[in-house]
Amino acid sequence: MHRTAHRSTATEELQPIAPSKLAIEEVSKSFQSVSGTVLALDRISLNVAEGEFVCLVGASGCGKTTLLNIIAGLEKPDSGTVLADGNPVTGPGRERLVMFQEPALFPWLNVFGNVLFGLKLKPNLTRKDRHDVATYYLELVGLSRFERANIHELSGGMKQRVSLARALAPNPRVLLMDEPFAALDALTREQLYGDIQEIWQARRKTIVFVTHNVREAACLGDRVLLFSPHPGRIHEEFAVQLPRPRDINSVDLAAHATRITKALKSIGQAEAVAAK
Amino acid sequence: MKRFLLAAAFFAVLALLWEAAYRAKIWSPVLLPSPRQVVSYLESAAADGTLFKATVITMRRLLVGYLIGLVMGLPLGLLTARWKLFHDTIGTLALGLQTLPSVCWVPLALLWFGQTEAAMLFVVVMGTLWSVVIATETGVRNVPPIYRRAALTMGSKRLHMWFKVILPAALPFIVSGMKQGWAFAWRSLMAAEIFVTILTGFGLGQLLHYGRELSAMEQVIGIMIVIIVIGLLADKIFFSPIEKFLHRRWGTSQP
Repeated sequence: MHRTAHRSTATEELQPIAPSKLAIEEVSKSFQSVSGTVLALDRISLNVAEGEFVCLVGASGCGKTTLLNIIAGLEKPDSGTVLADGNPVTGPGRERLVMFQEPALFPWLNVFGNVLFGLKLKPNLTRKDRHDVATYYLELVGLSRFERANIHELSGGMKQRVSLARALAPNPRVLLMDEPFAALDALTREQLYGDIQEIWQARRKTIVFVTHNVREAACLGDRVLLFSPHPGRIHEEFAVQLPRPRDINSVDLAAHATRITKALKSIGQAEAVAAK
Repeated sequence: MKRFLLAAAFFAVLALLWEAAYRAKIWSPVLLPSPRQVVSYLESAAADGTLFKATVITMRRLLVGYLIGLVMGLPLGLLTARWKLFHDTIGTLALGLQTLPSVCWVPLALLWFGQTEAAMLFVVVMGTLWSVVIATETGVRNVPPIYRRAALTMGSKRLHMWFKVILPAALPFIVSGMKQGWAFAWRSLMAAEIFVTILTGFGLGQLLHYGRELSAMEQVIGIMIVIIVIGLLADKIFFSPIEKFLHRRWGTSQP
């Protein structure tokens, strides 16, 4: 392959990259279901600052995952636009990588191969660069010892760590996380809360994090956006100004979580009344 | 080692029972020769080169036909998985033809190609092709959509997506389709060799056929054993290692 003079090296590649600013403008999306048309998202507008950690919370079916997929470029909105650094999002791209709820790791590759996958699609990297970068991120998530392991040999928590390393390796500006810890046990989850905050601070990414766990949202987010369903709308916004790293069990955090839970419950009650 | 010894003991007992049945003279020795007679036939056939030549001819027909079947079947399977039009047309055709026992192709092949190698090859290809098409299509259709989505976000598309994501993800299905295709190819070739007598080479099926014509039961049984052993060896040498790899990587159970 022709090598350009300004190709990036592994060292450059590992430098933190400027995080993106996201602007979601009047995004609507509806689905056809058995019971008719469901408005999953109703004219959602939302700005996410460079390097901000935003959590989207809400009951299932409130459209938060749909919004994440639209930001990722995996789904197209019916109307409205998503701008990343001022440029409209027209499809998926490695600037915005996704970590899914179930670890979408490839079973035909080992751990190292999975982390390399995205790097191999990035132009202008030599074999050695890719190798160095993958090694760096596996170390960052604490799985260096397992780089030759097969995917099925890992525990659920380890799989999500590999997914995180795979999503971080191509150095995206935005990390989109769709309930990545929902299927894990409490202890593993608590470890990952610490890890993700540490990595976020070290790597400076813009993170949009979808969850139905209010405490998790309060622990991780600079801002927590509460969604209400039918149609999917942003119901209320909570700023969480607590020092980091935050401990999920801290009392201050519990106060924030209680506030959000109260609002979530009131949505549920309003829904129930409307249903009658 | 213990497993091997137990298996060996099982086959030794089987041979002893056979010998006992022969000595008890329940059936005429013409219908049931002793194991020793079968072995001595195999020895003489091996010594004068008949057996080796027949095996080479049969394996050549099998491999060539099988490879043609694979080379045609894989892309056809991908097409049927990718486009509805191909699924509705070629997919349906494959499903129908796969249910047709491959020996049914023999009369048609004889009329079309006469007593030639082409007739043999045609029957083997028809035996292989359709199960490979169907397995490939099933494999591709069963790839979890999440793999595609994950790969899309990392910048994979078109050919890269097909070769680095969809095909590897479908591999377990494709391999079991290849194995089934192999079994069908083997069966259809034997049918063809028994029915089609051609002068370009005597395969194992033809030796079997002449064994019957001559009422040489030791030849019939001997050749049957050779055919069984070849089938077992193909499985152990070719398919077993691939399946072991898949089991190790995917973490599926292993016998």
